[in-house]
Amino acid sequence: MTVIVTEGLSKRYPGVTALDRLTVNIGPGVTGLVGANGAGKSTLIKLLLGLAPATEGTSRVLGKDSAVDGSAIRAQVGYMPEHDCLPPDVPATEFVVHMARMSGLPRTAARERTADTLRHVGLYEARYRPIGGYSTGMKQRVKLAQALVHDPQLVLLDEPTNGLDPAGRDEMLALIRRVHTDFGISVLVTSHLLGELERTSDHIVVIDGGKLLRSESIGGFTQSTTTLAVEVTDSDRHPNGAEAVHEALTAAGLTAQRDAGQLVLVELAPGAEGDAGYDTVRDTIADMGLGLVRMEQRRHRIAEVFAERVDAAPAAPAAPEGPTTPADPTTPEGPADPAEVPAQAPTPAAQEGADGRAH
Amino acid sequence: MHTDPNTTRSADAAPDGPTARGDARIHNIGYRSYSGPRLGRSHGRASLIEHSLRGAFGLGRSARSKVLPMLLLTIMTLPAMIMVAVAIATDLNELPLEYTRYVVFMQPIVGLYVALAAPQMVSLDLRYRTTPLYFSRPLERSDYVTAKLAALSVAIFVFCALPLVLLYAGALLGELSPSDETVGFLQGLAGAVVFAVLHSALALLIASFTPRRGFGVAAVIAVLTVPYFAATSLQWIVYDLGSSGAVDWIGLLSPGTLMDGFQGAYLGGATDFPSGIAPAAGGAGLAYLLVTVGLTALCSFLLLRRYRKVGI
Ligand SMILES: Nc1ncnc2c1ncn2[C@@H]1O[C@H](COP(=O)(O)OP(=O)(O)O)[C@@H](O)[C@H]1O
Ligand SMILES: [Mg+2]
Repeated sequence: MTVIVTEGLSKRYPGVTALDRLTVNIGPGVTGLVGANGAGKSTLIKLLLGLAPATEGTSRVLGKDSAVDGSAIRAQVGYMPEHDCLPPDVPATEFVVHMARMSGLPRTAARERTADTLRHVGLYEARYRPIGGYSTGMKQRVKLAQALVHDPQLVLLDEPTNGLDPAGRDEMLALIRRVHTDFGISVLVTSHLLGELERTSDHIVVIDGGKLLRSESIGGFTQSTTTLAVEVTDSDRHPNGAEAVHEALTAAGLTAQRDAGQLVLVELAPGAEGDAGYDTVRDTIADMGLGLVRMEQRRHRIAEVFAERVDAAPAAPAAPEGPTTPADPTTPEGPADPAEVPAQAPTPAAQEGADGRAH
Repeated sequence: MHTDPNTTRSADAAPDGPTARGDARIHNIGYRSYSGPRLGRSHGRASLIEHSLRGAFGLGRSARSKVLPMLLLTIMTLPAMIMVAVAIATDLNELPLEYTRYVVFMQPIVGLYVALAAPQMVSLDLRYRTTPLYFSRPLERSDYVTAKLAALSVAIFVFCALPLVLLYAGALLGELSPSDETVGFLQGLAGAVVFAVLHSALALLIASFTPRRGFGVAAVIAVLTVPYFAATSLQWIVYDLGSSGAVDWIGLLSPGTLMDGFQGAYLGGATDFPSGIAPAAGGAGLAYLLVTVGLTALCSFLLLRRYRKVGI
């Protein structure tokens, strides 16, 4: 089944070709649409929703033609714009209820769905307060909630991590992942950073100057082990917090290592076993009374894949590998496609590098 | 995925290895999908009318935004209550003011209300860029525009009709002639409808050009008052110069005098024109009818066109 199909899709504005004969085929799951600013990502979304006419070519969303069936498409699709779009003087609940009704839900259903959706995006406590007082991260969640409230089959998320700090960005990306895994909704998510989407997406589409550069599946990635990087504070009882956590986690039966700095790297198996490990890490640290500075999942990076194959696109630089990498704790047991899965877990510095512009 | 909508989807219930991830665990509340009705465009439009109409009276918004509409509504109905009290107490055999003249008489208050309500309805969506959220739903842009037009028309109508209802109820209580009162009341309501629709289209068009609510309020007040005072002064000047024939034509030049002349010509009222005489229904009155309809249509058309350009 395909969710989005475009064929020779072009959009020309006076003096600018925003989309240039784009032909792409997007299936269910999470698809990352990556391109520099001005690459045509937002334009593509507008055309898919039937909000602007294509100059030439066609696009179909959920089997319907954007040019003629826009209204029917929009009933089954959610959209999160890249810019601010929330009135400050209204509480999130009321706003999202209103948007649910605009999507065609009857009043009581709109209320129920709003309560559910706000809870799923993690906004349950704040929902009666006016949106004007929210942090950027909370506003992004309201924007996501209004896109999900009518239980669409597909959501189009335009730069949802914009303006978020690294922790907020990770949370948003994890939430986007759940939109597919837990809610069963397909996702098209855009970013001008290649690095951040590769951890979230099943499939990556790279466009530049309105043209398709690459459309690649990230198959096999998620079957390998995941590394969890944990940084904690020290306390009087545990003057070396990292070492204490390392020992405690090892005692709890997890495979944990120290890196050269302040990080503890925990190896998690895929599936439910790994999920339990996640909780163990969190609970162990909480029980020890240490503060959690960061806990982030590190998947293997696709940047290398693109760096090798995308000659036209100067994609993100590859993570440095080899002897200079101080720690190499991950040993993937059996990646589905060894060619696609680099074995390195990059250092934080390498991660920064990989977050470079796609173009 | 959507075939069995009543099941609960959760990370644990989805054993498709590659996708079930650890991060799902943190808020592990089962997702319930929605299988109920999706009512489409007309429902969206009706909901938008209701939402906007409530907003026009500050309902469903903060206490602060209820103050002005309610204050204006009170001022609007106060003279009606006084008239009713006087009519009953002194045993008058007709109300001191005709129904059709009431709205014209209270125009400054109605104008103030329109100037507040129109920007409330459209400027905020533009200012906070909420329109893309509407247009990415089943609604078409024209649905948004017609919903706003309908909501403001109804709001202005309610604002104008409420005192008329009080007058009518008072007149019946005071045992004035029921047939005369009913005819007058219905004419008053008809006048209120025309007034509401024209002012809704005009004020929304003005307000839709600025995302700044304050500018919108000022611009609507300016468009309603400046031409009115200009036209009225001009009417008096030509009247004093003796060319009373021109008075009717000058009256076409402002929304306020236009409505006054219209109700005078077709709803049997007198006017505030210098002569106090209404344009003849078959003569100059026809021009009032055409200009009223034409101006309403033109403003609505321009409003639709304006929203074709509002980006997402
Ligand atoms: N309404 C418009 N009128 C004219 N040019 C536009 C319009 N919308 C987008 N563009 C141009 O089209 C190109 C692609 O824009 P956009 O789709 O917003 O890129 P992205 O979302 O990838 O940053 C840019 O050069 C932009 O300036
Ligand atoms: Mg964009």
